Amino acid sequence: MLLSEIVSVLFHGAAYGTILYVISVGLSVTMGLMGFANLAHGVFAMAGGYTLTTLMGWYGVPFPLALLAAFVGTAVIGLILERLLYSRLYDAGELVQVLLCIGLIFIAVALARIGFGAQAQRVALPGYLQGQVSILGRDFIAYRVFIIIFSALLITALWIVIERTRWGAIVRAAVDNGRMAQSIGINTAMVFTLTFMLGSGLAGLGGALGVDLLSVQPTYPFEYLIYFLIVVALGGLGTVRGPFFAALLIGIGDTACKYWVPEFGSFFVFLAVTVILGLRPKGLFGTRA
Amino acid sequence: MHPHISTFYLASVRVRAAELLPWIVALAAFFLFPDFLSLGARILIYILLVLSLDLVIGYAGIVTLGHAAFFGIGAYTAGILSAHFGIKDPLLQLAAAGTVACLVGFGTGLYVLRTSGLTLIMLTLAISALCLEVANKATSWTGGADGLSGVTIAPILGYFRFDLWGKTAYLYSLAVLFVVWWLVRTLLNSPFGASLAGIRDNRTRMEGIGALVNRRLVQVYSISAGIAGLAGALLTQTNQFVGLNALGFELSGEILVMLVLGGVGRLYGAFIGTAAYLIAQDQLAKKFPEDWYLGVGILLVGVTMFARGGLLGALDSLTARLRRALKL
Repeated sequence: MLLSEIVSVLFHGAAYGTILYVISVGLSVTMGLMGFANLAHGVFAMAGGYTLTTLMGWYGVPFPLALLAAFVGTAVIGLILERLLYSRLYDAGELVQVLLCIGLIFIAVALARIGFGAQAQRVALPGYLQGQVSILGRDFIAYRVFIIIFSALLITALWIVIERTRWGAIVRAAVDNGRMAQSIGINTAMVFTLTFMLGSGLAGLGGALGVDLLSVQPTYPFEYLIYFLIVVALGGLGTVRGPFFAALLIGIGDTACKYWVPEFGSFFVFLAVTVILGLRPKGLFGTRA
Repeated sequence: MHPHISTFYLASVRVRAAELLPWIVALAAFFLFPDFLSLGARILIYILLVLSLDLVIGYAGIVTLGHAAFFGIGAYTAGILSAHFGIKDPLLQLAAAGTVACLVGFGTGLYVLRTSGLTLIMLTLAISALCLEVANKATSWTGGADGLSGVTIAPILGYFRFDLWGKTAYLYSLAVLFVVWWLVRTLLNSPFGASLAGIRDNRTRMEGIGALVNRRLVQVYSISAGIAGLAGALLTQTNQFVGLNALGFELSGEILVMLVLGGVGRLYGAFIGTAAYLIAQDQLAKKFPEDWYLGVGILLVGVTMFARGGLLGALDSLTARLRRALKL
């Protein structure tokens, strides 16, 4: 019995972890690039979630198209906000940056409540993603299997782009040494904007994918902010690999705690994060603070 | 935000006439608005909390997102003492709440203040999430999500009963705020306060001239946590109830808004910002709750873009402009 419990926790934890990763990876890269703690990152994930539920529930848009729309839509929102607001505060103090983010969170929460009401959004998944899938004699929830496979493909693609393409090399150069990158002719401002856009788009995609894991409701940016930040903090800034392991760790750890010791809730996860961050300020897998 | 901070408000140790203004207004309000005394008490309590936040953010330059944790710890200390231990004397509760919050501030401060920047922000956030989860799950002690009820408070000094109209609560909160304000003001005018400002403006240099930077930061963090704890206890005593929202991230964000609205690092920013925020909230939030949050968000974005000194900063530049105009 214990074995099947462990398999189940690992499975649900992996689905949760990959969603956390898809949402948070952009945050890690932009924080490493600009040193900007974008506390409002959850807003993009929420926007993706609402895009999906609205398009599917109200307009009958098919699921794959709705996912694509969530990605593109939030990327555009990210582009606009970066050009309009974030880019003006890259040199400002931490406090100012934090304030801008809190302001954006307040605005997003209010808009979500005005537009969609306070209750969580539900969405009917397409038939081919409902029900159970049998793998090696065990039944797994089909949608979560889809999440894991889809995210794995996405992550592979992302890593190939970052590690193997010219554009990825430019991003890595800008993270490692922004001034040097700029002085050899890389347009770092453009790199910032594009990465921010891509990161926001991925967050929106993650939020859309995770509609049945992270419930889409107005308090979303407050409620899950701590998880996104934890993933980035443990994973280390400016990397795409570190947050992946951190996200899996958090996803599986949190699921395990809630399964075996529900009376403690997320206590142990927060405790672990507090201890790890205090001992290793650069994160578990990071090289830079 | 720091270049905008002026030392104008702390130029002399002697109390200037303008500094008496908040107290005159507070006393006048007691007689002029007898129907709004419970709102008034709430404002005074939050001023105390925001004042403690200003001490850490404005004077020591520590950006924290977990300050509500200390407020909540104070609130729950007072509540638990009354509901579980039968200690109902308000002053005793107040002292206990301040002490517990101060000790937690000291312990976490030692741990958290070794880091800086982003890690520091995350750690304060993680610790406050930890506190929230404890309060949420330890239901037999805290009542969990339902909140802690069954809190009864004895009359202050055995004589002043907490009344329905909030008269006692108002004057009691005002008295506590006055005492703390005086202590904080004295502290900031001391060499200790000067060393804090030094650390905030140029930490490396302060380390260079041999200041005990980390020790100063831990000290101010503990003091501030203690004051936040006092404010929490006051809230419990005037409401006779403690809820989870006394610990939440949203409260940490909201008090930051109040401080920034008034002006960071100005001592009186806490007074003006908090009063303005809470009065506006009382008038608007019940009628248009969504629009209220939207407005606050837009205001906050606007402040970061255009008016980083807050209300007092705007007042400063206005008077400076007037002076220049009159001289010319």
